[in-house]
Amino acid sequence: MTVFTPGTEAEIVDAVQWALGAATPIEIVGQGSKRGLGRPVQTEHAVSLAAYGGVIFYEPDELVLSARAGTPVAELEKLLAENGQSFQFEPMDYGRLLGGPAGQGTLGGLLATNLCGPRRLKSGSARDHVLGVRVVSGRGEVFKSGGRVVKNVTGYDLSKGMANSWGTLGVASEITFKVLPLPETETTLMLRGLDDEAAARAMAIAMGSSGEVSAAAHLPANVAGRVADGALGGEAATLLRLEGFAPSVADRAAMLRKLLVAAGDIDAVSGAASADIWRDIRDVTPFADGTERPVWRVSMTPMEAWKLVASLRMGAAVDAFYDWQGGLVWLRMEGDPEAEAVRALIAKYGGGHATLVRAPVAVRASTAVFQPQAEALAALSRRLKQQFDPENILNPGRMVAGV
Amino acid sequence: MSGLVMPKADEATLSRRAAIVAALRDIVPGEGVVDAVNEMRAFESDALTAYRQLPLVVVLPQTVAQVSRILKYCHDNNVKVVPRGSGTSLSGGALPLEDGVLLVMSRFNRILEIDYPNRAAIVQPGVTNLGITRAVEHEGFYYAPDPSSQIACSIGGNIAENSGGVHCLKYGLTANNVLGLEMVLMNGEIIRLGGKHLDSEGYDLLGLVTGSEGLLGVVTEVTVRILQKPATARALMVGFPTSEEAGRCVADIIAAGIIPGGMEMMDRPAIHAAEDYVHAGYPLDVEALLIIELDGPAVEVDHLITMVEAIGRDNGATTCIVSQSEEQRMVFWAGRKAAFPAVGRISPDYLCMDGTIPRKALPGVLAGMRALSEKYGLRVANVFHAGDGNLHPLILYDANIPEELAKAEDFGADILRLCVKVGGVLTGEHGVGIEKRDLMPEMFNETDLNQQIRVKCAFDDRHLLNPGKVFPQLHRCAELGRMHVHRGKLPFPDLPRF
Repeated sequence: MTVFTPGTEAEIVDAVQWALGAATPIEIVGQGSKRGLGRPVQTEHAVSLAAYGGVIFYEPDELVLSARAGTPVAELEKLLAENGQSFQFEPMDYGRLLGGPAGQGTLGGLLATNLCGPRRLKSGSARDHVLGVRVVSGRGEVFKSGGRVVKNVTGYDLSKGMANSWGTLGVASEITFKVLPLPETETTLMLRGLDDEAAARAMAIAMGSSGEVSAAAHLPANVAGRVADGALGGEAATLLRLEGFAPSVADRAAMLRKLLVAAGDIDAVSGAASADIWRDIRDVTPFADGTERPVWRVSMTPMEAWKLVASLRMGAAVDAFYDWQGGLVWLRMEGDPEAEAVRALIAKYGGGHATLVRAPVAVRASTAVFQPQAEALAALSRRLKQQFDPENILNPGRMVAGV
Repeated sequence: MSGLVMPKADEATLSRRAAIVAALRDIVPGEGVVDAVNEMRAFESDALTAYRQLPLVVVLPQTVAQVSRILKYCHDNNVKVVPRGSGTSLSGGALPLEDGVLLVMSRFNRILEIDYPNRAAIVQPGVTNLGITRAVEHEGFYYAPDPSSQIACSIGGNIAENSGGVHCLKYGLTANNVLGLEMVLMNGEIIRLGGKHLDSEGYDLLGLVTGSEGLLGVVTEVTVRILQKPATARALMVGFPTSEEAGRCVADIIAAGIIPGGMEMMDRPAIHAAEDYVHAGYPLDVEALLIIELDGPAVEVDHLITMVEAIGRDNGATTCIVSQSEEQRMVFWAGRKAAFPAVGRISPDYLCMDGTIPRKALPGVLAGMRALSEKYGLRVANVFHAGDGNLHPLILYDANIPEELAKAEDFGADILRLCVKVGGVLTGEHGVGIEKRDLMPEMFNETDLNQQIRVKCAFDDRHLLNPGKVFPQLHRCAELGRMHVHRGKLPFPDLPRF
């Protein structure tokens, strides 16, 4: 196996051109931190962006940061934090869930997998914050899209097109993101002992209020003890995060306490204690158990998702917890991923999608890791792939078998 | 742009008009097909009224099945189609084609479902932007993106243009507030993207379609996020002796972690025109005026007003007035919102431009505009979404003076070139349409544009949907599909090479 490690954009072009010339597919990889996620790619050669890093410009006053695709996310987060800023979409870290170290991953991988976190329901994911890209297509050509400004409708938004494309449309070279100031403070309100359905209702009330809740999660009893080193104890915890200026957070917390008075006693934690909880929810720490037991990431209508879990529990041993007002379900199965059962229930309860984010490699190779699409939509996705990578040389089969 | 060239009308299509009208009548019976010239006049332009063209025929379907059959018929018979919502586009995106069917979506005007617990509304594409808010405001909810044409513009059109508005600084553009779509492709296939859940299982087609200006498909159903209205909103009116100081104030507010609900700037000509028109109490002795709206809980708004007042003072503000009532807040906004008609009072005609620049480039761009104003001998007034760098220069001209429209258009093109030169873009929220079509090469090279057109090819490989818009030239998809790789002839054949 040959690993190309381009150090310039021109060398990325050379690598893709070489693959085209040799009619051989290539794996596109950064630090390989998410190799265990998605369908396994079997190619003889790889292009690693790990050596193509570095900040191109960062202008805190303009809230904009541009870097090469191989730049480690951890390095960028450190730089941003030093300036009191962050990626507001709160990109998660799959490292420990997938049995690797924490703190790995590149900017290119972040966009290619459209990372986000608990703040998704208020602030969006990577696709909502990317402003511009330079990309080497599967045709071996460099194209750019977007720019460095937030308001831009000039041409198709190919930057968004790169989000969640898993390296199958092009090799990102440079990526520009909007960044935002860190909130001054955060407080998490905690409702205890609710079942999944009651938690969904409580979260819907909170999110439908003017409390500007920036994250809403529910950890059932068997999961609550597995975040923040057991700080929450073993009782089910429904968590509402408030962020912003201190007087505003205090005011909104008081308002929500009144609004949710029927849900029982409400505890609160602030600052680092609150941040620790949300980091573990973001990174799925409760299921980072060193095993390869199948883990699903399911996105559904918030008020429907608990029904999926309730139905699954009747037939199989599953562990589950909820983020995004209940609409994001992390499911850990005991043995078989039960892909057909999971997806049938999603269809039954309002639709959505399920991604098998962890499973042994043989299982990922034989299971539809990403949610299968209806035929007309699947055909459109294939045509789009063909327009970016006509020879099917970039990460073939990473998302869908044969594509 | 006066030299705008649209694709040559296809004689064969024109000669088949009667058959096409009959086929459409078969699909949409009754009054849903309009072919009389006097009735088609209402559709001959959008809000870019300098350009007019009668369509081949107008069809107003009512069901998804009809839209699908119309597109399939046109696809199979090689007939062009121009989709249209309310016709409020400022860039000519809905300009009809002589040999094209104008597909008007205004009868898709029903609100299908409102789901408060999941904070979503499902509506048909002809529902107006404000219509969504009207349907949910009794429960305290609203739909956040608020283009200034919101009383008339349709949500389907908002998706075509990725519309913004004053509030998008804090709450995002259309693309950030749409959860799902149903759309019909040019071949008649119906697809669904997203839903009440978040993000997609595959490629971000929702992101590609939003802002695609009616070139990729026809939207037939929309799911949007609805939000609870902020508890309170108050506005400040802050005047500065120079635009540099106003620009610095904007940067400092954002650097302090404050994202206002809206942050607008006006320059001296715009301030004077607006004040003469609505008497909002704007200071007339300043070069730049900021209107900053803060929304949220009352406690937060009070806290932020104190911070913003201090930032304004530190940057040399000579006027700073805080609204003390809802009426006063509305008065502050009245001048800004009436800026376009106000400018319309002081000039027979005006062109509204729409570039975006990095905020720090504002003083330089304003200076450049003053120089261009002298060069062309035309006045310019500026209103500016200051928080996100979106400029709306209004170029004043008189269409009755020969050549003055052409001069104004050249002036506008020069302003947009200046925006691109400082790191900005040709259009922030109005779209490319026909207006900025021929300026696209200022921002994109041929490879960039060809890759965008390849996206078009994945959706509509015959270029039948809204051709002549956005792209200066539409290369045939087969031509774009060719590869130019010199197989086996590598510059450095030895491996590994890097």
